[in-house]
Amino acid sequence: MMSAGVNGGRRFSSTDSYVATRDLEVAVNAAVTLQRPLLIKGEPGTGKTVLAHEIAAALGHPLIEWHVKSTTKAQQGLYEYDAVSRLRDSQLGDSRVEDVRNYIKKGKLWEAFTADAGCVLLIDEIDKADIEFPNDLLLELDRMEFHVYETGERVKAVNRPVVVITSNNEKELPDAFLRRCFFHYIKFPDAETMADIVQVHYPDIKKRLLSEALSVFFEVREAQGLKKKPSTSELLDWLKLLVAEDLDPEALRSKDSTNAVPPLYGALLKNEQDVHLFERLAFLARRQRNQ
Amino acid sequence: MFTPFFLDLKRAGIPVSLREYLGLLEGMQAGVADYSVEDFYYFARSALVKDERHLDRFDRVFATFFEGIEQIDLGMEGEIPEEWLRKMAELHLSEEEKREIEALGGWEKLMETLKQRLEEQKGRHQGGNKWIGTAGKSPYGAYGYNPEGVRIGQDGNRNFRAVKVWDKREYRNFDDTVEIGTRNIKVALRKLRQFARQGNPDELDLEGTIRGTAENAGLLDIKMRPERHNAVKVLLLLDVGGSMDGHVRAVEELFSAARAEFKHLDFYYFHNCPYEGLWKDNRRRRVEQIPTWEMIHTYGPDYKLIFVGDASMSPYEILYPGGSVEHWNEEAGSVWMERLLGKFQKALWINPIPEPRWGWSESIDALKEIMDGRMVPLTLEGLERGIKILQRGQV
Repeated sequence: MMSAGVNGGRRFSSTDSYVATRDLEVAVNAAVTLQRPLLIKGEPGTGKTVLAHEIAAALGHPLIEWHVKSTTKAQQGLYEYDAVSRLRDSQLGDSRVEDVRNYIKKGKLWEAFTADAGCVLLIDEIDKADIEFPNDLLLELDRMEFHVYETGERVKAVNRPVVVITSNNEKELPDAFLRRCFFHYIKFPDAETMADIVQVHYPDIKKRLLSEALSVFFEVREAQGLKKKPSTSELLDWLKLLVAEDLDPEALRSKDSTNAVPPLYGALLKNEQDVHLFERLAFLARRQRNQ
Repeated sequence: MFTPFFLDLKRAGIPVSLREYLGLLEGMQAGVADYSVEDFYYFARSALVKDERHLDRFDRVFATFFEGIEQIDLGMEGEIPEEWLRKMAELHLSEEEKREIEALGGWEKLMETLKQRLEEQKGRHQGGNKWIGTAGKSPYGAYGYNPEGVRIGQDGNRNFRAVKVWDKREYRNFDDTVEIGTRNIKVALRKLRQFARQGNPDELDLEGTIRGTAENAGLLDIKMRPERHNAVKVLLLLDVGGSMDGHVRAVEELFSAARAEFKHLDFYYFHNCPYEGLWKDNRRRRVEQIPTWEMIHTYGPDYKLIFVGDASMSPYEILYPGGSVEHWNEEAGSVWMERLLGKFQKALWINPIPEPRWGWSESIDALKEIMDGRMVPLTLEGLERGIKILQRGQV
């Protein structure tokens, strides 16, 4: 296969801990083969961050995670020059002060570029940072090299790392940045994929409980006007609770019981207004049925 | 070999560039897609589309291209194709001709017949006296003249005489694809980003420290300064439909420029004047209205409120209950404007109509007064002025 080479012919596909749809597999393998950053978007809780872990596992590379915050600067990913320490040391007459290298702290990109046998670099939630952030990383991600001004050193990737970038759409990303990436939007899984995902996480879950739980789950998701729709990760949490409580599937199905909202709803609905709304909807539905 | 496909994508408004196309070819050469159509589709999608908003469009182009069907209709289902009504010719009628085509019947009849015609008609049509199209004397269609004409999807209130706008499904859901040509507006909006340093001092001011240390004769004098961050939060209220049609294009540009600039940006649509309900999605505006009260309570007073609209309407729509052209509003538009302005002290109205013409419209005057004069035209200069107004909260 032509894709062999940098990554030893290993390809990314579903594992026994992660369900990847075919389109995701193609996108990941294309990004790995062509050595382009892969931009992942999708509803919160659809496994964007987990994906990077899985790619690393599949390729047999270590994972370097860079979690971006609103105050993160692109420069911090390259290196930081701790001028304050140096200034203090010079006041104290420390001999370390002579070598500026002692005050250069490597950033995540530097780490990734110099990793021995290639690695996967996750830049998580890139949209959290200032809008100039992606622009500041253009060249570095493109050429996989950068310059350290303080020491005159040039850092160049020995093995180009596989770069996975996630975004929650809080800000638009610049076009020039987008052009350099491959893009994949993780759709919310359909019922079938969802059953697969659950199977991977709870292999011994009772079949009937699962199908009841899934139908309740998609029902909740379809309720109009929810502020925060429950996502995959919330479903998994909820199932964990259901299994722990050893709940009878009947309890989920008894829709005309006095309890309108699903049991242990706290795992699915994270917001008081949503709980109220759902109670109201369930009440209406019940009344319709009784008529 | 995929060049025509690439061009089709471009034509469909997906922002693809040569770089992405070369990436696609590179991938094909490297055997990423393995000669399976499905894999090729997935790969092409991830290589060429960079935004989920364009995924649907990509799917349609892909389907069309690889099934060899000629036409790509990107319009919404049931929508009157824009191209169909494109400006092809203009009709200037003499007084005599105008008399000739005086009123074909009452209003009710006009609407009823229009519906029938819409059903009967299949193709594009221009001229003539019966079919819907452009530049004809039929009362249905755009760019024609009929004293009781019904206006359908055109980009200008040609004669300002249409009895009623038949634009229900024509409200464009500002697809912010018009990135090109917005650079100049972007420059101005960038000023909006308050680089005014605020917050706790948590960044070392290296230059200041060096200067301070030198002044201190070599004794360390560390200077800190507040972290620079973009604190501007913006609520955008956009006027869609009706007399706005002519300005939709200009507003679209502003909108696509604005999206990238702020820390928090949320947008709502209204028609002519905000009333008790706003909406976020034009296609579903009739089903999914958000109560204006809810919007007022959702956002903090630190949001800057920007209206974009031509403010051209009947003064009744602003000043009297029940004045709205679309529904029965219990309270006058001005009441709602006051409420919005009461909550959001820093507000601005951007008006796409050239400033010299503002004096001609009573409603612009009325809204300008409600806004305390905080109204600017949609020009670079106007925006710059508007930004100052937003920062100060007054003219």
